[in-house]
Amino acid sequence: MTYLTKLLLALGVVLAFGLAAPEVQAQVNPTERSVNEDALFQALGSNAPITGRVTIPDQAAGALIKPENKAWAVLQGQTLHTLSIWAVVGMVALLAAFYAVRGKIRIDSGPSGRTILRFNAIERFAHWTLASTFIILALSGLNLIIGKTMILPLIGENAFGTLSAWGKIAHNFLAWPFMAALIMIFLLWVIHNVPSKIDLEWIKQGGGLFKKGVHPPARKFNAGQKVIFWAVIIGGAGLSWTGIMLLFPAEAGAPADWQFFQIIHALIAAGLSAIVIAHIYIGSVGMEGAFDAMGSGEVDENWAKEHHSLWVEEVKTSQSRNNAQASTPAE
Amino acid sequence: MARMKFLCDADRCIECQACVTACKNEHEVPWGINRRRVVTINDGLPGERSVSMACMHCTDAPCAAVCPVSCFYTTDDAVVLHNKDTCIGCGYCSYACPFGAPQYPQTANFGTRGKMDKCTYCSGGPEPDMSQAEYVKYGANRLAEGKLPLCAEMCSTKALLAGDGDIIADIYRERVVTRGYGSGAWGWRAAYGDTVTV
Repeated sequence: MTYLTKLLLALGVVLAFGLAAPEVQAQVNPTERSVNEDALFQALGSNAPITGRVTIPDQAAGALIKPENKAWAVLQGQTLHTLSIWAVVGMVALLAAFYAVRGKIRIDSGPSGRTILRFNAIERFAHWTLASTFIILALSGLNLIIGKTMILPLIGENAFGTLSAWGKIAHNFLAWPFMAALIMIFLLWVIHNVPSKIDLEWIKQGGGLFKKGVHPPARKFNAGQKVIFWAVIIGGAGLSWTGIMLLFPAEAGAPADWQFFQIIHALIAAGLSAIVIAHIYIGSVGMEGAFDAMGSGEVDENWAKEHHSLWVEEVKTSQSRNNAQASTPAE
Repeated sequence: MARMKFLCDADRCIECQACVTACKNEHEVPWGINRRRVVTINDGLPGERSVSMACMHCTDAPCAAVCPVSCFYTTDDAVVLHNKDTCIGCGYCSYACPFGAPQYPQTANFGTRGKMDKCTYCSGGPEPDMSQAEYVKYGANRLAEGKLPLCAEMCSTKALLAGDGDIIADIYRERVVTRGYGSGAWGWRAAYGDTVTV
């Protein structure tokens, strides 16, 4: 085919359709053939967002209607609210019941008066940095979920607004030392927290928690402490990741992503808070001699023998080996 | 008291952006912040329609439900307003809003959200009506002057309607009946649970 015949053919096609077109147009009002909200929602599925083009720099504003965003209101305002209260109140009640039944766990053989170094200054620094930031983060976070029903009625809108604003600033800034301390704790203690066969025996005996005089053997950390370690590391990492996403929403995506991160953040926080409350209990009022481990770093030898028998042996052997080496005269 | 609503008749909207400009000027809204914007659906295709959207002042507003400091309140005219002194800029309202209404002109820690700003239905905030303090924080209070929101008042094609929900729904219904078609009351189902039926 030559160029000319192609052109003529094309012209013929255009003419044929062109002549037919007016008849069609005469029947349909073109302005009527517009998008319709109800039809559009039906075509997209009832809760899918309607989006379009905007001429302003903020391209996210092109999302016109996102009905599904509202679903999160119920989750945030009711589900997470109830769950957070239950996590904290439930754990406190559980511990109170435990205390009532078991009382303070004493050193069975009584304090020996001799101490042994359990946590050095670096370990204690990392622990207390993590602990103090976690407590403020947990309280300021919990305030965002239950504050408006628990604290607002007590102190009024002005004071509550100021308190929450400071809470937000504290939450945003203290997140960073929390994450630094979390990494420190992981590096310092991961070697002592690898699960082993001894842990099974410890769990079988309930850690000796429920019976006086029962003391399953343990190294530096027993199975219960390993659970707390991994809960803090994994939970802390989850909180850090979702927290960073919430702190930089533009990088995290759209409202649906923010909602997802907020839900995960709140769920982990509720769970970890409950675990940490139990941890605080057993490290303070729950057990005689336990606080010294993180207080002065020096624990009573009898406490150590009862709760970390294998660790005490390890420390003693390495000490005597060092002493033996030191006393060997240089030739 | 009236139940104030917005209704954008997309079959009339010509995407002139005058509502956007009027809003920014009336309330001295900062650069890069839009309390109202025009979104064009099916851009460049047959049946393209533009919708002017801002805060719809929802019934049972989700922003108010999720606000951790309860800074939202609903006026007697059913306008959803908030108290910037209480707002902590957490951003939760923007997670829950179906219309992308909450804006964050101020920055806080790490350059992210400060106190929230949004369409006030030209009715200010909790400060005394038409006071300087109110103007600085929330913009003009036209409702207190007996006027309707400026975006709707100056709309050249009268596409954007503001006023009592029943009255503007009647106006829209009459238009749809007269011209024989209508693309719907955009956002009404999400905001008020029900749309305008003709």
